[in-house]
Amino acid sequence: MKSSEIVLKCHKIIGGCGEGEAMVSHEPICFYLTDPKTGVVREKNHELAGKNIADKVLVFPSGKASSVVQIDGIYKLASNNHAPKALIVKDVETVLVVSAFIVKVPLVNRLEKDPFEAIETGDFVKVDADKGTVTITKQKS
Amino acid sequence: MHLTKEEERILNGECGEGTRKAMELLAAIGDAYDAEKMVPISRAHAASSGQEGDLYFVELLADGGARCKVPTSTNPVYDIEYFHNLSDFIPKDEAEVARRVMEAYKRVGAILSWSCVPYLAENIPLYGEAVAFSESSATPYVNSVIGARTNREAAQSALAAGVVGKTPKYGLLIKANRKGTHLIKVEAALKDEFDYTLLGYYVGKQIGYGTPVFTGVTRQPSTEELINFCAMSNVSGAISMFYIPGFTIEAQTVKEAFQGDTPQDKITVTDRELKQAYEVLQTTSGKIDFVMLGCPHYTLKQVEGVAKLLNGKKLHDGVSFWVCTSATTKMLAARTGYVDIIEKAGGYVVVDTCIDEPCWIAYKNKVGMTDSPKCAYYRRFKDVIVSRPKDCTEAAIKGEWK
Repeated sequence: MKSSEIVLKCHKIIGGCGEGEAMVSHEPICFYLTDPKTGVVREKNHELAGKNIADKVLVFPSGKASSVVQIDGIYKLASNNHAPKALIVKDVETVLVVSAFIVKVPLVNRLEKDPFEAIETGDFVKVDADKGTVTITKQKS
Repeated sequence: MHLTKEEERILNGECGEGTRKAMELLAAIGDAYDAEKMVPISRAHAASSGQEGDLYFVELLADGGARCKVPTSTNPVYDIEYFHNLSDFIPKDEAEVARRVMEAYKRVGAILSWSCVPYLAENIPLYGEAVAFSESSATPYVNSVIGARTNREAAQSALAAGVVGKTPKYGLLIKANRKGTHLIKVEAALKDEFDYTLLGYYVGKQIGYGTPVFTGVTRQPSTEELINFCAMSNVSGAISMFYIPGFTIEAQTVKEAFQGDTPQDKITVTDRELKQAYEVLQTTSGKIDFVMLGCPHYTLKQVEGVAKLLNGKKLHDGVSFWVCTSATTKMLAARTGYVDIIEKAGGYVVVDTCIDEPCWIAYKNKVGMTDSPKCAYYRRFKDVIVSRPKDCTEAAIKGEWK
């Protein structure tokens, strides 16, 4: 097993550091549609349905759904220690900023490479929002 | 984002920890949108809810000594005393969250309107003002009908803006971002406020996210018709602004609404589309257990409408009949005699309360009727049929809807 490390610059929105296994979703995510007791996505027909987002570095295009449910959803996950470790997004909007802010999870966008090409589910990813870097360790056998 | 010296001082905590937290959030939002600077706002509306995420943030600010710098009104939660006297079903911990939320908003010096239509009475923006209004139905009303400027805020970003008295300059605060995206040609008759409900529901679903511009509207829509359009277009979509040139204030012509650009898409709405939207909302029929009106909160005119329909009538024994409104409106409705008429018929007029709250738990397994797709959307009930207020009231008298 060998691994290679890639460091990409990014734009900080919410500061802090977080690292963990990457989970990539090509579909927008609504945190309210996850099980707050486990972190498992329970939205039917979602690309991540049945997968667990707890402690992951989530790579996704954007948030969705109303501000009340989105914020309550991520807050409940965080209360149970099942929030993601960091959020890497393409399109950011106010609700997602508030969501990351209240659970103190780093949120970044504008990676110097398309995150959906640079990162695969299972890679080990470290987000240092304050320094503006995303470090990807590829897991290739 | 460039911060002034005063803004830097707030961010360094010189104005207290609560205000610092509010500023931190606003600075992050500014960074997210590449805002060049912050601008003063005249007022804010926080879409408070009895939920834990909301509680966390408002207590963070309140415990840190923050106070609202500009008038900041609040969305409904529920009338705790009223509902707990009425029913033993509501879990005590839910009441505790609601009580703490309401208390914390009081501590930050908000206007305790507990209303989702604060722009009618308690907190009214003016044309051209920059404001921070959350509540998905209030945002488009304030932008489009009043012509003030607000982004689609979360409760927390609106409260933070109310505390600091400023918001980052981005999105709909900038004229160029307020241009139309979709041209909607109305060929439907649009007879009453329920037709605007269906129009909102249909258009929201069709375009999702965007700024529709309407043609073919033949008369000035009423306040209630505009409120319904705003609320329902945000059940099925995310519409923070729209134009009805000739009737809404900001653009006099379709060309002006699109700022010279061409529409991304064109949609025609005929009576057929509205009928289809209505049919989707007819989920069941037969015996009903409750009727829920006032999502969004009913205006005085709407409460009067209900009173006229119920005057001298008796509601069916098996049907609970609820009208949700603001404390201001109930006071006027009581003074004018409408509350008496509704109560004599066996109905309730309740204040400070949203449909999406745990106080309605007694109806969890019940079938009801409402005039609001937004009320039905929350799925707090077994089944909810959506139809005109008149249909709801008649069904409540008969005990069934056929």
